Amino acid sequence: MKSLRGRPSIFSTAKQEQKTADLEVARLSLSFGGVMALSEIDMSVHAGELFAVIGPNGAGKTSLLNCITGYYRPQSGKIFFNNEDITYLPPHELVRRGIGRTFQNIELFPGMTVLSNMLLARHIHCEYGFGFASLFTPSVRREEVAHRHILEELIDFLEMQPIRNQLVGSLPYGLRKRVELGRALALEPNILILDEPFAGMNLEEKEDMVRFLVELNEGWKQTMILVEHDMSIVMSISKRIMVLNFGEKLAEGTVDDIQDNTEVIKAYLGDESTL
Amino acid sequence: MRKLHFHPCGNFREGYEQELTIYETDFGRTAVFLSLVLLFALVPVISGPYVLYVINIIGIASIAAIGLNILVGYTGQISLGHGAFFGVGAYAGAIFATALHVPFWVAVPCAGLVTALIGMIFGIPSVRLKGLYLTIATLAGQFIIEYVLVHWETLTKGTMGIVLPKATLFGISLEGDRAFFYIIFLSLILMTYIAVNIMRTRYGRAFVAIRDNDQAAEGMGIPIFRYKLLAFAISSFYAGFAGAIWAYYMISITTEPFNLGLSVEYLAMVIIGGMGNIAGSIFGATFITVLNEILRWLTDVFMNTGILQGVELSIAPIRELAFGFTIVLFILFEPRGLAEVWRIIRSSFRLWPFSY
Ligand SMILES: Nc1ncnc2c1ncn2[C@@H]1O[C@H](COP(=O)(O)OP(=O)(O)OP(=O)(O)O)[C@@H](O)[C@H]1O
Ligand SMILES: [Mg+2]
Repeated sequence: MKSLRGRPSIFSTAKQEQKTADLEVARLSLSFGGVMALSEIDMSVHAGELFAVIGPNGAGKTSLLNCITGYYRPQSGKIFFNNEDITYLPPHELVRRGIGRTFQNIELFPGMTVLSNMLLARHIHCEYGFGFASLFTPSVRREEVAHRHILEELIDFLEMQPIRNQLVGSLPYGLRKRVELGRALALEPNILILDEPFAGMNLEEKEDMVRFLVELNEGWKQTMILVEHDMSIVMSISKRIMVLNFGEKLAEGTVDDIQDNTEVIKAYLGDESTL
Repeated sequence: MRKLHFHPCGNFREGYEQELTIYETDFGRTAVFLSLVLLFALVPVISGPYVLYVINIIGIASIAAIGLNILVGYTGQISLGHGAFFGVGAYAGAIFATALHVPFWVAVPCAGLVTALIGMIFGIPSVRLKGLYLTIATLAGQFIIEYVLVHWETLTKGTMGIVLPKATLFGISLEGDRAFFYIIFLSLILMTYIAVNIMRTRYGRAFVAIRDNDQAAEGMGIPIFRYKLLAFAISSFYAGFAGAIWAYYMISITTEPFNLGLSVEYLAMVIIGGMGNIAGSIFGATFITVLNEILRWLTDVFMNTGILQGVELSIAPIRELAFGFTIVLFILFEPRGLAEVWRIIRSSFRLWPFSY
């Protein structure tokens, strides 16, 4: 697919080739009291993939993402990222290792503008130290301007120019989801984790979002994990799919495998014998 | 030459760099510069000793209030121990000066550093505690520090207090209100400049992120606990720096002033001035200091004229009452404080005399 708006410099081919993204989840289990949110989940995602995780409500999708991004601590099992054991690292360390995410319930800063929100994602890429910052030396100024350039490229890509200085709290839901994607991209993640990025969007907003994700993944080789309920979108853009149900892995495979899988159909439509 | 920008009615920026400036227009920059020149040239000359004393106290309080605003207004960690940290700075400065014979210009920043370290230690509870619980932990810090100041007599001479040597700077001895005026206000300008810079770089942004949504801040790669400690350290550095200058200015210090009342005063300065607004801290410090002086003067009047003989003792708490009352009024009617009032006044004069 040819990009019309130009490729943001943070997705230049050279930069993308340096980004290794090998995620291995091994026998991961997590329970809350008596509820098994995840039981013995195995999963692996490789560089350049768009890996989708689907399943009915309460299947454990968000819990899985929270384990990978350090918000939940699993009771057993291991998570490796680029051959490093990251199971018990805190979220901020994982962000530095290249795991960026968006949240199901949107965790933006409503009192800040779109730009300020995205600028926060540049935190880990700021190189200046405290002393230079407190004097705002020319080198700090140059760096801040460079970050601003990167953000503007992302704003162009996501077609958010008119809202860049608006408070996030005043934006409609669909746009907030887009801002959150922009902020996650500004982290320059090796692997991008999206928890229901299409939830609450109208058709037009969904089409835009699909366009962005496809361009990111197919055009610029951004590795992604996508959790989503909208089956038509999942089936049309993902390469591999994993299905969770009541915390267990029901199936994994290509789009065709999943569509033909009777277990999956049962989980989604209920057991036909009971009808 | 650079093109000057004087027109707030059409602020058309031509580059990202322009958005990083402190003043939106050169008019603002010029106005601030001119008022500083006036401040330094006129105020020490025309003010009598009492007025100059009050102005100096405002300057010192402003430095400490800016520090507290970084912690409370920007990072969202409400502290009731700032008065004690101010005291730690005063004592650290006094001990550096008397026991170690350190010169003034070294003792003051070193006192700031010592206070920063102690502030960081008392900030450790913020790893687990939030909101009211953290505030109560800092309140405990206030009492612990007060206790140590009184009882560690080998170091602080207990209730006897410490007399400081004269401050000298580059061989010139600093004496009297006028000399201190220059020291205090040059320090205030420097500390304000540093605070503004911290707030417009990644450190300030991280503080605000932690205040607004710590889960999302963590997701941006910000190590929350480390940044909370940094906020405690910066805030206490400002308190300690101000406290040390105050100690030199007062010549002799005792443990009494650094009580909970002082902590409440600083918090009042931040709230009334405007949370999360550096200039607001200076407004708040001015407001509270002047209010303090007026109330003191009123108490004196009552006592000396004998209008209300016998009620002196019941008048004393009026100060606290007045503080509490003004804080409540501000929270109710202008929660963004004096800084917001100032902004409204300024913007209504923006296009004067041709405003819409
Ligand atoms: N913090 C928590 N405390 C207690 N139980 C939790 C917590 N988080 C998740 N759970 C439980 O774990 C199970 C899986 O929840 P999870 O949010 O992972 O599901 P999901 O697949 O993301 O569902 P949805 O599609 O509705 O977002 C549910 O039974 C839920 O109640
Ligand atoms: Mg979920």
